[in-house]
Amino acid sequence: MIGLSYNAQWVLLSTLILGMAAGTVGCLAYWKRQSLMSDSLSHAALPGVIIGFMVVGVKQLPVMIAGAAVSAMLGALLIQWIRGSTRVKEDAAMGIILSVFFGTGIMLLTFVNRLAGGSQSGLDNFIFGQAASMVQTDVWTMTAVALAVLVVAIAAFKEWKLHLFDPGFAQGLGLSNRRMNAIYVVMLVLVIVVGIQAVGVIMMSALLIIPAVSARYWTQSFGWMLILSALFGGGAGIVGTLTSTLGKGWPTGPFIVLAAVTWFVVSLLFGPGKGILVTKLMQHSHRKQLVSVHRTGSVKEYAE
Amino acid sequence: MQPVLQVNNLTASYRKNRVLNNVGFEVQPGTLTAIVGPNGAGKSTLLKVILSLHPRIEGTVSFFGTTYEKAKSRIGYVPQRGTVDWDFPTNALDVVMMGLYREIGWLKWPSRLHREKAMAALEQMGMADYAKRQISQLSGGQQQRVFLARALVQDAELYLLDEPLAGVDALTEGAIMRTLKTLKDRGRTVMVVHHDLQTVEDYFDHVLFLNRTVIAHGETAHVFTKENIFRTYDGALRWIGEKFG
Repeated sequence: MIGLSYNAQWVLLSTLILGMAAGTVGCLAYWKRQSLMSDSLSHAALPGVIIGFMVVGVKQLPVMIAGAAVSAMLGALLIQWIRGSTRVKEDAAMGIILSVFFGTGIMLLTFVNRLAGGSQSGLDNFIFGQAASMVQTDVWTMTAVALAVLVVAIAAFKEWKLHLFDPGFAQGLGLSNRRMNAIYVVMLVLVIVVGIQAVGVIMMSALLIIPAVSARYWTQSFGWMLILSALFGGGAGIVGTLTSTLGKGWPTGPFIVLAAVTWFVVSLLFGPGKGILVTKLMQHSHRKQLVSVHRTGSVKEYAE
Repeated sequence: MQPVLQVNNLTASYRKNRVLNNVGFEVQPGTLTAIVGPNGAGKSTLLKVILSLHPRIEGTVSFFGTTYEKAKSRIGYVPQRGTVDWDFPTNALDVVMMGLYREIGWLKWPSRLHREKAMAALEQMGMADYAKRQISQLSGGQQQRVFLARALVQDAELYLLDEPLAGVDALTEGAIMRTLKTLKDRGRTVMVVHHDLQTVEDYFDHVLFLNRTVIAHGETAHVFTKENIFRTYDGALRWIGEKFG
C-alpha cells in the first residue's frame, strides 16, 4: 500500500471487507434464487438516504444509513406483500419496487439539490459510489457492520446450508424458515446500506451477484463456494477502489463492477467446474476416445 | 396402547380448494401403513398438514399424546424428491449429515462420530461408495436412498415418507422396503404415501384409503378389498377388474 494516504489505506481495507461480506450474502441470495432481490433492495435504499439527509440537514452517515435501511426494508416487505396477496409474480414485484423506489429517490435528490447545500453534500455519490469521499467514521461503521454480517454467515454455515438446500426438512428439525428468511433479509439490507456510499445503489447489486456466480464455476462444495465468493467479492472491492483512486473524481462503483466482471469472464472460460474451456476439452477427449473405440472395433479399450 | 399419531376432524384447503375434509384416524406403534388414493386425493397435503408445514383450517393432531412442537425430535419426514434444489453443491454424505443437525446442536460443527453415523446409514442403504458424489450426479433412485439414509440417522420413532418409491428402480425399491421393514421390526412406526396398489399387500400391514377424507383404514388383510378400492378411486381403475375379476 505504498504511496497511499493513511485514509486511503483504511478505505481500501473497508472495501475489502465490504466485498467479502457482499460476496458471502450474495452466495446465499444465489441459492435462494433471489439475485434480483439484492438489486431491488439496493435501489430501494436511495429514497431513505435522501430523506435521512433532509431530516438532519447535513450529511451524517449514521442517519442516512438508518434511512437507507428503513426504505430497503420497506421495499423488502412490499415485495413480500405483493407476492403474497396479489397475483403478481415475484420478479414483477421486484421490478416494480426497484423502479418506484429508485424513481422516488432520484426525484427527492433533484429536489434537495435545488435547495441550498444539497449539491455540496455529495449526495450524488450514493448513486455511483465514491469510496474516496468516506471519512474515518464512515470506514469504521462500514467495516464493523460488514464484519458482523460475515460472522453471522460463517457461524451459521451449517444452518444456511440446510435452509437453502431443503427448507421443508429444516422446518421439521426446528429451524424456522421464517426466522432464517428474516435474518437473511436483514443481512442483505445491512450489506447494501453500508456499501452504497462506496459502491453506489446502482452498482451495489453487482457486488452481491457476480462473485457468487463466478465462484460457482470453481467448486462443487457450498462451503468453498462461500469462501471463494467472499474472496472474489473482496478482490473486486480492492481492485476497483485502487483503480478509482488513479483519476480524480472517478466513481468507485463502476470500477468494482468491472473488476468483478473481468474475474467472472475468467471463471466462465477457465473455471474447472463448468468453465467453457474445460467443458470443450472434455468433449474433445471424449470424442477422441470414441473414435479410437470405433477404429479398434471393440469396446474393450474404452471400458478400460 | 397409546397411539403414535392421532388425527381428528382435520380440514385443510389448497389454493382455496378444500382438499381434506374431516379426516380422522389413529396409528398404532410398530405398524407399516400405506396411504393410498387417486391423484389429488390430498395424500401429500395430509402429511404436510399434520407436520405443520401446511396450515389447517380445523381439527387436531397429536403425536405420542402430545403436540407436534413437543414431539418434533421423534418424527422423521422424507419429502418428495422434487421439493429440494438438486443443483445445490453438496454431496451425499453432507445430505445425510443434515439428519443429525439437531443432535449436533445449532451453530455447532459436526464431529467425527457424526460423520461415522452418517456413513453407516449410507452403507445400510447401499450408498457408501457414493458418499462423496455430488447429489446432482446421482440417479433418482440413488437420491431417494440418500434421503432415506438421512431419515435413518434421525433415529425417529415415527417416519412419514411421501412417495419414496415413485420413479425408482427395482433395486432401490427393494432397498427402501427392506429398510422400512427393519424399522418396523424394531418397533418404529412408518407411514408411506404409496401409489402402486399392486404392491400394497406385499409391503404394508396397514392401509389408509384417502380421497379427501378417510374412506377406510385398518389392517391390510381386512380393509384392502375391492369395495374400498372402488370407493376410493371411484371405480376408475382397470386393474381392479383384473385382480378381483
